[in-house]
This record gives sequence, C-alpha cells and structure tokens, in this order.
Amino acid sequence: MKKTHIIGIAIIAMAIAIIVSTAGDASSYVSFKEARELASEGNNNAVHVVGRLKKDPNNHILGMKYDPLLDPNYFTFTLVDTNRIEQQVVYFKPKPQDFERSEQVVIIGKMNRDIFVADKILLKCPSKYVENEIKAETAGL
Amino acid sequence: MINTFIGDLGHFCVILAFVAAIVSALSYFMATLKQPLGMVDANWQRLGRGAFFVHTLAVMGIIAALFTIIYTHRYEYYYAWSHSSNYLPTHFMISCFWEGQEGSFLLWIFWHTLLGLAIIKFNKKWEAPTMAVFAFVQIFLASMILGIVVGDLKIGSSPFILLRDFMPDAPVFKLNPNYIPSDGTGLNPLLQNYWMVIHPPTLFLGFAITLVPFAFAIAGLWKNEFKEWIKPALPWALFGGVVLGVGIMMGAYWAYETLNFGGYWNWDPVENAVYIPWLVLVAGIHTMVIYKRSKSALHTTFILVITTFLLVLYATFLTRSGILGNASVHSFTDLGLSGQLFSYLAAFVVLAIVLLIWRWKAIPATQKELTTYNSEFWVFIGAAVLCLGAFQVLVTTSIPVYNAFMGFIGIKTNLALPADQIAHYTKFQLWMGVAIAILSGFAQLMWWQKNDKEKLANALAVPLILTLLFVSLILVLGKMGIGPKIDNPIYIILLVASFFAVIANLGMIFTLVKRKAVLTGGAVAHIGIALMLIGILYSSGYSSIVSMNTSGLLYSREFPEDINRDNVLLFRNDDADMGKYKLTYKGKFLEVKDFPEYVNRELLFRLEDEHRALARTDLKYKDKLYFKTGDTVGIYPENTYYQVQYLEKESGKTFELYPRAQVNREMGFIASPSIKNGLTSDLYTHVSAVGNEEEREWSELKEFDLAIGDTLFLNDYFAVLKGIEPTRKIEGVQLGETDVAVQADLKIYGENNKEYHGHPIFVIKDSMVGRIPDEIEDLGLRLTFMNIDTKANRFKIGVNTTQKDYIILKAMEKPFINVLWIGTILMSIGFVMAIVRRYKEGSSVTDAAPDKGSAKQRATRSKQVANV
Repeated sequence: MKKTHIIGIAIIAMAIAIIVSTAGDASSYVSFKEARELASEGNNNAVHVVGRLKKDPNNHILGMKYDPLLDPNYFTFTLVDTNRIEQQVVYFKPKPQDFERSEQVVIIGKMNRDIFVADKILLKCPSKYVENEIKAETAGL
Repeated sequence: MINTFIGDLGHFCVILAFVAAIVSALSYFMATLKQPLGMVDANWQRLGRGAFFVHTLAVMGIIAALFTIIYTHRYEYYYAWSHSSNYLPTHFMISCFWEGQEGSFLLWIFWHTLLGLAIIKFNKKWEAPTMAVFAFVQIFLASMILGIVVGDLKIGSSPFILLRDFMPDAPVFKLNPNYIPSDGTGLNPLLQNYWMVIHPPTLFLGFAITLVPFAFAIAGLWKNEFKEWIKPALPWALFGGVVLGVGIMMGAYWAYETLNFGGYWNWDPVENAVYIPWLVLVAGIHTMVIYKRSKSALHTTFILVITTFLLVLYATFLTRSGILGNASVHSFTDLGLSGQLFSYLAAFVVLAIVLLIWRWKAIPATQKELTTYNSEFWVFIGAAVLCLGAFQVLVTTSIPVYNAFMGFIGIKTNLALPADQIAHYTKFQLWMGVAIAILSGFAQLMWWQKNDKEKLANALAVPLILTLLFVSLILVLGKMGIGPKIDNPIYIILLVASFFAVIANLGMIFTLVKRKAVLTGGAVAHIGIALMLIGILYSSGYSSIVSMNTSGLLYSREFPEDINRDNVLLFRNDDADMGKYKLTYKGKFLEVKDFPEYVNRELLFRLEDEHRALARTDLKYKDKLYFKTGDTVGIYPENTYYQVQYLEKESGKTFELYPRAQVNREMGFIASPSIKNGLTSDLYTHVSAVGNEEEREWSELKEFDLAIGDTLFLNDYFAVLKGIEPTRKIEGVQLGETDVAVQADLKIYGENNKEYHGHPIFVIKDSMVGRIPDEIEDLGLRLTFMNIDTKANRFKIGVNTTQKDYIILKAMEKPFINVLWIGTILMSIGFVMAIVRRYKEGSSVTDAAPDKGSAKQRATRSKQVANV
C-alpha cells in the first residue's frame, strides 16, 4: 500500500471521528418534560429549552427575582416552555439587561433536582427599531 | 424636495454594471474558446476588456451615488435613513456602506474590479480565461444589488430604494407622499469604532483575493495548463492569506475591545465563516509550495484552491441568508434573498466540481513517492491537519443548516449547537495547534537540507534541548509565582510544541539570513503563528477573575459548589477589596465632542436635543481651556462611561478605568470593557449590570422648615442651608421682566468628608410657581425648593432619597495577551516577505526556475547549514 493511501485513510478516519464527536457534543432543543426525564435518567448533557416568561393577564412578569444588593450573581425566573410547562430557572450571573422586554428566551443548561440551572441565556427581543414606523415629525419637508 | 435623480443615476449604474459584466464574461469566453492559452481572438478580447472597464466605471458610479446620498443626508432614501444620521461623523459614514448587506456586496464587487484590472495589467497571458471567470462572478454579485422584481421573483436588493417605496404602507406617506424624515435612524453605535472602518474592507479584500487563485485554477483546468497557473497564482494566494488573516485578527481585536464576552474569539458562526476558508487557503498555499518543489500534490492543490473560494461563497450564504437565526449575534438581517444566494452557491459548486472531475485524469501526477525524509511529506501532513481543523469547524458551524435542510425535506429535527462551544472547539483546535506547531518547526528544519537519519537527528538536537530548557524554566517560574502556574498536561504539550516551533524557526532564520534574507519569510510567519498560540494559551487558558465575590454573602445556598461568582456590586463611592486592588465606583461620565477626557455627567446640563449639553463648569484638560461655563457642547448620548478607580494596594498607585454601557437601539443594553494594557497582562473590566435610572424609586417627600444657617439631617448625611440668592440665568427657561427666581445654596457633607452643593430653584414665572429640583446623584438625594416665607425669613426645602447608585462589575486579568498581537504582526510580515519572494520568482526570467536541479543547490545549502 502506498503512503498516500495510508494518509488518505487516516484523514478519512479522523474526519469521521470529528463528525461522530460533534454529533456527541451537539445539544438539542427539548421541552422541560424531556429535560426532567433526561436528568432523572442521569444524563448530564446540557440542553436548550425555548420558552416565554410567565406573565399575569396584565403582562406583569411572575416568578422573577433579582436583588443585586443581596447577591449580584443570583437571578431566578419562571419560564413556560412551548408545551406550557412551567419551570423555575436559576442563573448564577447578573440578570441580563432588557430581560423583561424579551419575546422569547432560550436557556442552555440542565436540570438540577427541581431547578433548571442555566449556563447561558439567549434573548430574542422585539427590535425597538421597527422599520415600518417613522416617528411623525413636524419638521418634515 | 425628493431628489430622485441621484438614486436613478445610481440604479442605472447598477444595471449598467450588471449588463457590462454579462458582456465582458461572454466576450472573454468567446475570445479564448477553443484556443490554447495565450492565443485569443483579439476582437472578442478587446470587447471583453472594454466591457470590464465600463463595468468598473459603473461600479465607481454606484459608490459615488451611494456616498453622495449618505453624505448629503438624503433621508428620502432608505439606505441613508436606516444607516446614517445627522450626527454621524464623516469617517463613520464610510462604515454606513457596509452596515447594510447591499453596501457590503458593493464593497466586494469593488475589490473584484480592482483585482480584475490588476490581472489585465500584469497577467496578459492568462487574461482571457481568468477574466471570463471574474466577469462571471461579477454577474452574480451585481445581481445581488440589482433590485428588480420579475413577477414574484425578487432579484437582488437595491441600495437606491426610496423610503416611501420601501414602506409604502406607512401612514405618513399616505398623508404626504413627499415626506422626508429630518434625521436618519443612525449607524449602530457598536459599529462606531475605528476598527469597524477598516476591518470590513480588509475582510472583503481577503474574500475578493481568493477569487484570483480560483480563477487561475479554473483557467488552468479549462485550458489544459495544469502546472503553469501555480506560478502566477501563488503570490496572489499568499496575498489573500495575509489579508484574510489580518482581517480576522482585526475583528478579534474589535471584539476584545468592544464586546463583553471576555475575549477576542467566541466561535460565533460569523467568525467561523471566515476562519474556515482561511485555514483551507493556507493549506492550499502549502501544497502549491510543495508542487513547486517536488511536482507532487497537484491534485490536492486544485481541490484546495477551488474549495477556498467555494467556502467563501458558503460563508456568504451562511451569514446573509438568515439561516443562522438565533445561532449568531451578528449576522446580517435577512433580505429575502436566500434563494438567490443558494442558487449561486450551488451553481459554482456544481460547475467547479464538474470541471475538476472532467479533467481529473488529465492532471499530471508524479509517480515518485515522498519518503518521510522529504520535508514536503511533512508539509503535506501539515496541510492535511489544517484541512481537518477547517472541516471540524465547518461541521459544527453548519448545525443550523442541517435543521433547515431537514425541515426543507419535511423532517423535524431539534439539533442545537454544543452547549459549551468553547470547550467543544478547543478540544479539536488545540490539537490542531499542537500539530501545526510541531510540523512547522520540524518541516522547516528539513526543508533546507538533504535528510537522512543522522542529519535529521543533528538538526533536531539543539532546538529540542533549548525548547525543553526553556519550557522547564517557565514551569519552574510559574511554580514560584512568577507568571501563571501551568499544570495542565495538555497545556504543557501545547507550550512545548509552540516553543519548539519558535526556536526551530528562529534557528533557521539565523542560518538563512546569511544567505538570502528574503527566504526567511516562511520561518518568520511560522514564528508568528507559534507566538499566537502561546498568546492564546496564556490569555485564554489562564485568564483569571479579579472580581471574585468575596463578601461571603450568598443569596441562595442551593448549589454552593462549583458556581463561579464572578461579579461584584459596587456602590457609588464605596471601596471594595478585590485581590491586589481596591476599587471605587466614582460616577457616570460622558464623552464630549472635541474634548480629550470623559466628563462627569453632573458637570453637564442636558438639553432637549439629546446630542447637546451645557457645560456647568469650565472644561479644562492639562491647563488648556476647551469650553467655558455655559458653553454648549456636543455629546454622544448613547454611551455612558462608569468611572472605576483602581488602587494598587502594594504600591499605592491609582488609575481609572471607564467601562462603557451603551443603549443600543437595535440590540438593547450593551456593555463594553475598559482595558488597562500592561506589558505582561491586560486588566479587563466591564459592567454586567447597572442600576436602572428610570425605575428608581424615590422616597416620599420630606419637608424641612429652615432658616439660613440651619442644619438638616438626611439619613447618613447632614446639610447646611448656606444662603438664598436671586438668579437670572436658568438653563432652559426664559425669564421675563416681572419673573423672579431664587436658588438655595445647600452644602451637604457626604462620605469621606466630601462636600456637595445643591442648588434647587424656586421660580415665579408669569405668576405661576415653578420648582426646579436639584439632584445629587452621588448621594441619591433630590432637593426641591418648596416655598418661601418672606415674613419669617424661613424656607421650605423638600428632600427625596433613593437607592444609592451602583454598578455590578466583572474584572479579569489576561496574561501575555500582547504575545498574541505580536505574533499576528510577525505572521503578517512573514507573509509579505513570502509574497515578495514568490512574486520575483514569477516575474524574473533569468531566475525562472530556482527550484529546478535543486539537488546540487540543496547539497551546497546543507553544507552551509552544517557549517553553522
């Protein structure tokens, strides 16, 4: 066998190893129900959960607490996933600014007993900058 | 008046550029059809060239028209309205170009025209086939900004669209179709940074240059000239390598300075999209060099050069089609052109692959086997490692694409990017770095000599011994507390590999420089890469948190283990101990136009126009008076700087950092760090959260009935009413003849014996009572002059208190980050040296084949090497 072939096989083998390993590292979007099941099975992988903040009919956010004067690194809130399951989430970092404005929240982390510990929070905010709106200015023309 | 002329002119230029590109591509194609390389149909070629010149002029016309629209604030055009504003400084108007997708396509097109002209001038022999490829690519790019709708099909998005055509349903246009907004919505303040003026053009130049080797490779395949193209293409490939590399690092530096994720690289898909083609391009450069030396790896070279360009197109597709969705923070907004982008990508992939397969058998291959004693063999392995590294990043970055693809064929998938991306990428890329470092040192030692077991051992001995000595020394020093202590075995391996690369390449430079300095380009670039690896290892691997929360005050004890509490709360004017520093948050500052320092917000009186303020005191810097009290100054309202004083406890020295918080219209609140650059480490500080001014709650008003000289007690402070004086000048209020205004002078004694003055004002204007309260932000006090009892000479002062101002801060130390930047500069220098060398090789006739018959030369070289 020629050396080029050996190299070629080695490269292909490594490429396959990369794909397999990436598939293993890839996270997934799940619901809280699945997240709880995964945790109870002892699966320690971090997952993505998409949800919205819990709100009362007057649009007030419920179950959110952040008191920087007590502990700036503790933020907790309640997230409702797409299947309408509620879950308390804890984030050991300061509350992201504009959190209240977010339309949709993606949390990355895992269940720890009854609480979802988020390592990362991604917010989808409605852009303040709505392109179809122009402030009606008096000084027009 | 709406000026439609300039836009119509611009749009005409777009169409002209598009049509001229078609004519040019077609003519060049006809000129070289069925002709061997170097032979052309002169008429067709003349037409092709002429059309390309017209195309170039039209592109300049588009740029001139668009710049005029932005520069003259023509907000009737959507592009100016959405990317610029009245207050934007001119140098940032250039950045407006590439904030939008259309402008960045324009930039790319522009670079292509310049590169095309360079080929016409310098590569006459290759002109027709390469320019056919160039013009063909230009057709596609120009169509992206064409902005023509055929039926339901939207082809491209024009930068010259009028605002009223962009949003025809907006109510204001129903009332007045000629409405022109008086101001634009502005350039994203995050991009108002000098790096953002030069980083995108650099990156797009890099993108554009990858087309040159691609065009040569395609021309070579087309014309059955499988070898000749490498010589002219190599300097271009090197040029692309350095420009893309520098562009990537500029982006990294911008992110380090501006974003707050705590570093320079975040494995964001947009960053990866450039990193992947760069790695493949560098691999391609190496196989080209192998080919020039030993006539092997020609097939691989074709694959890599073509793949590089296709990956650039793929990067464009990823970042501009909206496919990344939530996965990236800074991809462009979707213009609904993903179909068009995808069809281009598909067209080029299919055409290139078909051509390559068609000619595959005809590409000459050498029968000679490379042995492990050939340096080319190890360079080839290095190129393979680079490609595997690129492949790994590609596989992960494309995860959102798999979901989209599966969704397209009707299968719902829920694959997400790895939760800990840094750990995921590091796992692979670190080993790529190790392999590259070792191979670059090893192959460089072998490159300049004829190798056998004994010679190789000799060449390796000294660098290896030096490396081990050096690394041991560093490890011992680390144990003694000088520099970070390195005990992770994987990091030690990377350190050894990188130092080996530095020392081996450095040794090579010393030997080569005596012979011909220009040959050392490769060695210099490799040292640069190795230094970058060392810089990354230290600054990222050993970045340490300074702001560890040591108060012991924990809100919850639910999970006390393994949680890093990296943020601390700083009350205004309170001290906090952090490691070797004592920190004090001193107040909020603003940037004043044409003044060298940040100015305390309390010294500025904000006007209704948020870009203007009145100076409450003389603004001086180093004894030079810039503004007098009462002057109107320009300010940048979106940025607030939080002054944090650092006191080095050991030396007693102090310095200030100004981490920034920006209220960003498009992205909300964005914190940017303030960095104290040191020789051996950077101190990196950013705010994580700040007290919200709008949601501050004031206590109920407490009234005090005072005579002059009386003292009042306010929570922790006390104040004295020093006097009452009439005043005529009130900012923002016009006083008439009969109006009266008086202001109280209160002296408040705060913490650390600091004194403050409060001046609440009581006004009677047009027989109406008005009260202008004064706020002392430092103390969280608001004073209001409530009433005057002229008979008893007593005054009523109202006081509200609020939560004291605070910030939450994170601070990190990043050791030896300068090594990374130094490495980047060295790498660039090395690249430039290699370009010079390869360009001379390509152009000089006498020295046309320096590598031919090199056995003899190499024998003498190795003798020289042995002598040293």
